Amino acid sequence: MPGVIAEAGRSRLSSSFLRSLKAWLLVLPLLAFIGVTFIVPLGSMLTRSVHAPVVADALPETLALLRSWDAAGLPGEAVYAAAAREIRTARETRTLGQVATRINRLKSGLRGVLSRTARQLRSIGPRPGDHEPERAGQPPDDATPWRDTLLGIDDAWGEADTWLAIRRAGERFTARHYLNALDLTQSVDGGVVAQPPELRIYLPLLGRTLLVSLAITVLCLVLGYPVAYLIAQAPPKRANLLLLLVLVPFWTSLLVRTTSWIVLLQSQGVVNDLLVAAGLLGDEDRLAMIYNMTGTMVAMTHVLLPFMVLPLYSVMRTIPPHYMRAATSLGGTFFQAFRRVYWPQTLPGVGAGSLLVFILAIGYYITPALVGGRTGQLISNMIAYHMQQSLNWGLAAALGGLLLVCVVALYLVFDRLVGVDRMRLG
Amino acid sequence: MSGKTVHVEFEGVNKSYDGRKLVVRDLNLRVEEGEFLTLLGPSGSGKTTCLMMLAGFEDPTGGVIRIFGDSVGKVPPRRRNIGMVFQNYALFPHLSVGENLAYPLEVRRIERAGVVERVRRALRLVRLEGFEGRRPGELSGGQQQRVAIARALVFEPRLVLMDEPLGALDRRLREEMQYEIRRIQRTLGVTVVYVTHDQQEAMAMSDRVAVFNRGRIEQVAPPEVLYEEPERGFVATFIGDNNLLFGRVLGVERDICEADTGTDVVKAFLVAPRGVGDRVTLAIRPERVALDPEPGRYSNEFEAQVDDIAFLGDHLRVRLTVCGSTDFVIKIANTVGHGAVLEDDRVRIGFTPLDCRALVPDEEREEG
Ligand SMILES: Nc1ncnc2c1ncn2[C@@H]1O[C@H](COP(=O)(O)OP(=O)(O)OP(=O)(O)O)[C@@H](O)[C@H]1O
Ligand SMILES: [Mg+2]
Repeated sequence: MPGVIAEAGRSRLSSSFLRSLKAWLLVLPLLAFIGVTFIVPLGSMLTRSVHAPVVADALPETLALLRSWDAAGLPGEAVYAAAAREIRTARETRTLGQVATRINRLKSGLRGVLSRTARQLRSIGPRPGDHEPERAGQPPDDATPWRDTLLGIDDAWGEADTWLAIRRAGERFTARHYLNALDLTQSVDGGVVAQPPELRIYLPLLGRTLLVSLAITVLCLVLGYPVAYLIAQAPPKRANLLLLLVLVPFWTSLLVRTTSWIVLLQSQGVVNDLLVAAGLLGDEDRLAMIYNMTGTMVAMTHVLLPFMVLPLYSVMRTIPPHYMRAATSLGGTFFQAFRRVYWPQTLPGVGAGSLLVFILAIGYYITPALVGGRTGQLISNMIAYHMQQSLNWGLAAALGGLLLVCVVALYLVFDRLVGVDRMRLG
Repeated sequence: MSGKTVHVEFEGVNKSYDGRKLVVRDLNLRVEEGEFLTLLGPSGSGKTTCLMMLAGFEDPTGGVIRIFGDSVGKVPPRRRNIGMVFQNYALFPHLSVGENLAYPLEVRRIERAGVVERVRRALRLVRLEGFEGRRPGELSGGQQQRVAIARALVFEPRLVLMDEPLGALDRRLREEMQYEIRRIQRTLGVTVVYVTHDQQEAMAMSDRVAVFNRGRIEQVAPPEVLYEEPERGFVATFIGDNNLLFGRVLGVERDICEADTGTDVVKAFLVAPRGVGDRVTLAIRPERVALDPEPGRYSNEFEAQVDDIAFLGDHLRVRLTVCGSTDFVIKIANTVGHGAVLEDDRVRIGFTPLDCRALVPDEEREEG
């Protein structure tokens, strides 16, 4: 008898195991796809925002020796010797540029110092006695040649700050990019201070991005709510047609849409021409509606509107008409009925649409890039800039990480206020 | 019927949604103040449409609707002061019971203390004291129904409309709620226009029942009159069970006619004026037919063939072939136990002409 029960148990176990195996196999392709195209790049990007191995890889011995330096006075001859050798090697392996750039961020001017040093060291060439590890950590010895050589090349080698900068740049993991992204800076001695106001770039930009996204969300809600209501009230045939119209922007190429906005909004564009023709505007004071924040907001509102309308519509469609009928037959005006009965029931849709639009807006890149001009740029344009032009990927990654934190925070706040499970996405 | 105020009046009301097909045809109906009137009819017969026109959500295509003598054609729903109970309750799901009840009072700008008091009174009326804080989703079907009724009454309307309010409840709860609604209506003396397609419900609750069929009223009468004296074949079969026989009038003597059903001659009570040669529909209730009566007791006595017997506890339903019908049902009280009749038996049945009503055939009325 126990044998039979065990047998049955095992077969039940194996059948449930098979079922879950089957489920896993079914989602496996998608999981693999997401892993390769999303999780891995995201992970590597986030790693990049804190991981900075360039200097550490190029100057291992110098850094090892510097670690035991007490930062009072100058490092010993061993450090100078190791530095001279490794700078030369770095130049030969063509990593010196990156190393110099990184060190230069901590103390400006060091890029020139490093490249000049490397150039001159090459002309001197290696010497016997390069390796004298037993001298490491010994008190400064003015008579030793490497120190004099370097000091002869540039005075900067005689400053403790230079060595502090190198030591700091040699740390493999750094919060530097995040500090940078938050407009904070770390002095060579390790203290964190805010940038002077005129040098703050990213926080104001982040603030502006959040504000603009909020404005776009509100605009989308104001424009999208009545449309969604109209569609939800229409008989099925007409509703489908209207829905189609809402979706048309989805199916039009982004470039076509953007170009149309340019045609409409530029200073010699349709809207300005009409205003001038109508005499509302003098020819000389045509409105600047594109290549600035206005252009960004108009174009983005247009692009993101469907993301507001669809969740709203899907919620409104599930609200049976008899609620409004009941509300009016109980004596309410349309407005009272709407405010007390209809609007509260659409809140999950309002929440979902707003969250969707807001999150898409704060990460939006292409539209501001095309119609934003100089003043209409958002944080993602800065990320793109650091990815493509300044090639400061670490900072780009840190800004991206910051954006991610904002989105997650927003989501959590939303979850607390509305409840994500009540939300309807479409 | 006389002496009382007419509360609601439909006069020659027509309604068409698509401009072609009339879903309500030439409706004439008066509801007295304090009356409980039920619109009863099969699905799609236009009951809800009538209610919607009365509540103001649909406009009549033709005719006039009056409330206390004034046409309400131009009055919007919110000004009609009609309490309405919807089939699916239409309780606002995001508001508590108290807030649901307070809504009609708030939009009437009644001050806070008055609102609280009236809400409490309305909940007491439906026996749901202390439920103010609950959400509709946290109530049982019957409780939601009571809340819906309380909400329709809380602003003290003189007219309350109910569209199949008990449709979603199980039978026990239905019967209990039927009684509750009736009690409340009597307590408050409000006029109720009630819609249902359940004839038992209509019979149990109403002062009068208006039987609807395809957009028309077939008959308006108190339940017992509808049952005992149906004027149309439709009413005869819709209210309770009835056997219909079809025939032609052979002769008329005062109220009684003789009709030829093709196989037999049946004596029947003439409800409508019919002449010799006219076609008639004869309606006989299953429980008014006697099995094996003493010979000569009834002037209608026929030989019948037993086709089927169903044992239903307190009575038997016996299906017979007789008088040209193969679907003639009689009910026999279960006084002798099982085995009083057997299938394939040949039996005699009898009934009095007074229980056999000769009606105008339905199709003839349609043509007219
Ligand atoms: N809004 C509408 N638009 C078009 N046709 C409608 C509409 N409402 C009802 N009808 C049609 O009018 C006729 C009567 O409908 P109504 O809802 O009044 O019937 P009912 O007697 O209430 O039926 P039920 O018992 O099923 O509720 C039906 O044929 C229905 O298809
Ligand atoms: Mg109906």
